[in-house]
Amino acid sequence: MTDITSNGAAAAPSNALLTLMKARTFIALILVFVFFAIFAPNFLSTANFVIMSKHVALNAFLAIGMTFVIISGGIDLSVGSIVGLCGMVAGYLLLNGIDLGIGWTVQFNTLEICLIVVLVGIAIGALNGFLITKLNVAPFIATLGTLYIARGAAMLSSGGETFPNLTGSAEYGSASYRFIGSGAFLGIPVSIWMLIVVGLLAAYIAKRTPLGRFIYAVGGNERAAGLSGVKVTYVKYFVYMFSGLCAALVGIIISSQLVAAHPATGDTFELNAIAAAVLGGTSMSGGRGKIGGTIIGAFVIGVLSDGLVMMGVSAFWQTVIKGVVIIAAVVIDQAQQRVQARVALQAQAAVGK
Amino acid sequence: MTDQHPVGLKIIGGTKVYPGTVALKAADFELRMGAVNVLVGENGAGKSTMMKVIAGVEQLTQGRIEMDGEEVRFTSTDDAERHGIGMIFQELNLFPNLTVAENIFMAHEKTRFGFDIDAEQQRAETRKLMKRLEHSIDPDTLVGDLKVGQQQIVEIAKSLARKAKILILDEPTSALSATEVEILFKVIAELKAEGVGLVYISHRMDELIRIGDYITVLRDGAITGARSMDGVDVPWIVRSMIGESSKDFAKEIEHPYGEEALRVEGMRLPDSGGGFVVDGVSFSLRQGEILGIYGLMGAGRTELLETIIGRHHLADGDVWVVGKKMGRPRVSDRIAHGLALIPEDRKHDGLVQILSIRENMTLSSLGAVTSGFHMNLKAERSRVAEFVKRMMIKIASPENPVSSLSGGNQQKVVISKALMTEPKVLLMDEPSRGIDIGAKAEVFRVMRQLAAKGLGIVFVTSDLEEVLSLSDRIIVMSNGRITGSFNRDEATDTKLVQASAAGHNPDSPPAQLHRKTA
Repeated sequence: MTDITSNGAAAAPSNALLTLMKARTFIALILVFVFFAIFAPNFLSTANFVIMSKHVALNAFLAIGMTFVIISGGIDLSVGSIVGLCGMVAGYLLLNGIDLGIGWTVQFNTLEICLIVVLVGIAIGALNGFLITKLNVAPFIATLGTLYIARGAAMLSSGGETFPNLTGSAEYGSASYRFIGSGAFLGIPVSIWMLIVVGLLAAYIAKRTPLGRFIYAVGGNERAAGLSGVKVTYVKYFVYMFSGLCAALVGIIISSQLVAAHPATGDTFELNAIAAAVLGGTSMSGGRGKIGGTIIGAFVIGVLSDGLVMMGVSAFWQTVIKGVVIIAAVVIDQAQQRVQARVALQAQAAVGK
Repeated sequence: MTDQHPVGLKIIGGTKVYPGTVALKAADFELRMGAVNVLVGENGAGKSTMMKVIAGVEQLTQGRIEMDGEEVRFTSTDDAERHGIGMIFQELNLFPNLTVAENIFMAHEKTRFGFDIDAEQQRAETRKLMKRLEHSIDPDTLVGDLKVGQQQIVEIAKSLARKAKILILDEPTSALSATEVEILFKVIAELKAEGVGLVYISHRMDELIRIGDYITVLRDGAITGARSMDGVDVPWIVRSMIGESSKDFAKEIEHPYGEEALRVEGMRLPDSGGGFVVDGVSFSLRQGEILGIYGLMGAGRTELLETIIGRHHLADGDVWVVGKKMGRPRVSDRIAHGLALIPEDRKHDGLVQILSIRENMTLSSLGAVTSGFHMNLKAERSRVAEFVKRMMIKIASPENPVSSLSGGNQQKVVISKALMTEPKVLLMDEPSRGIDIGAKAEVFRVMRQLAAKGLGIVFVTSDLEEVLSLSDRIIVMSNGRITGSFNRDEATDTKLVQASAAGHNPDSPPAQLHRKTA
């Protein structure tokens, strides 16, 4: 039983507490950072930053796409497999081009290869959207199905073999493919520039476009959104296609970084993406989440795992720690929701009704 | 009278404090057995809080509860239930994916040897309960497939099955039609005779006066009047509730009708059983006209409005808005052409609870603040501020989640959302459901004003008084068909009730009836 006296005084601290809780992922990032800066040797070196940011970027791409999907009330398990398949498509095109079957083979330059690969990613996203909206398959099942299909297709494309030496050829204009993974502009890796562009684009969509608002509305209450005139089907198509696009970009970046494409690439990446989104405050029941939060979430996970490696912590312990961090994030998130609801109710009570 | 109805439960000096608000202030309440204890007050007056305390959902901050002279403490609904207290909540607490029988016996399953559920017995008992409530809802139907009104019947059956000594009914009639209300009242009379103490919460004054034995009025958490029902009339209740004389329905604003705003022809909507929920409905509405649609629940009224707004793809029939024929059913197209719907079920169809008040209000009309694909957030905020003022919505901040508002204010948000699309025709499904008398009066006033401005309004209601005093013209529906059409001056309640009962008999609910028409 609460007592009456404490309630008046509780209002101010709960506001401060709320601000603190809202910034929790950011605070966590700073804490993790400071911790490794002290305990992990070479953590603060530029070289380490470059490597770490490249690792984080891969997960952040997937997590951005995943955030939209989760906000819309769905889930996309297929992204890891799309990464693998898209890498294989890129590798195949670089090595073989497309044989037209009449003795002619079409070769592509870097831009064309990237466009084709991106289209493959978007197409699988569209397939997810089709299954979910038109055939009414639950998102979990639909994307689980495409997870297997895409992975299988990746394996089939090479019989399970790796496409090696993806150096491209100057003759076809594809030699610049390696630049995507290894190049830098103004001292910052190309993949980070891509992340900045995609991140800003996604944040803009979420906040300043009707489409973004509709994604939140569909996730919050699909029926009410539909009756308000929101084209629910289009919104769902968009989120899965955008997620596919993000996965395709990751496929391109990895195959370029490794100068090879392996069909098993991207295995379980979808789980890291979900973890980053959740860590960033995205609600699994839909309607709530922020792109900025997700990117910070991806950084927390990335910095944590790289830092632990540098400290020499065993990979097994790393996995355990990652799990603990995710659960802690969700527990704090729940507490935040309660505080937030209370603050809103208090404000409403002050108005009179 | 006191001897005739012993006090079964007492709240003495009950105070309930929620963070930041006192919901109940030193309330003394006596619940009499074998009688209907009526509880009235505006939304937020503390009625539900007081009942939640009795039902064990909430605990008192101060004060105590006595049953038969002994102090009792309910720390959970289980505790209260052990003391024979049952409650039907305003928000339906049912499991849509379970059957009617499973819902009724939830957590009280009939079992063999304590673990094996005796489904046959549950079904039989459910049938008995339904017979008592004069409904033939099949025990094996999924609750999710039932209409809101039928769900309420299930909820009532559920509490009957528990054989409670004290039964709290929080707005049980809000989704029921006149005939069903009669049936419920008959059941209440039977329970009364069995010595059950009933608490009845409702916003419908005539009901309260009819069935109440004792009345308690709450205002801002304090009890402002408690007496036996003898000599109580509506003005007295309203005075105690809002502290001033009755506001009544908004006065008619004289205005000429314009051209035809909406025409519906041959609207049909098939149901899963091969019949039609909406069966060949045609009507026309002029600008500035308010058309009331009256009927029993399941008569197809809600579905009719839904087909007009384009929610059902299987619907067949033509719709014209201000002379323009609508294409295939798509909600967004119809909204763009000037139709807007205010749904019956605010929580599930009207609002996105998790989003803010601002985001909910502008959801249908983001185009107005968007150029290309860029949304002007400043323009959006000022638009919201304008409507908050115009609709007199009481909010702390438009950024708070819409779920923090009371029912009346939520309804105003839904109406604002519809009005922001600048509709030519407004379809309102039970616009006054579950909101207090003050908010109701305001909603009606807004409807009048809009009509005077040339908006065509179609509104569905189960409240006779409402339909008679608000409508310029009334259509009565039964079994998906129009069974009566009256002008304002020729409509009477008997005529409406007769028309709404066409083709009905008390044992067959409408949902089953229209299947036979196949």
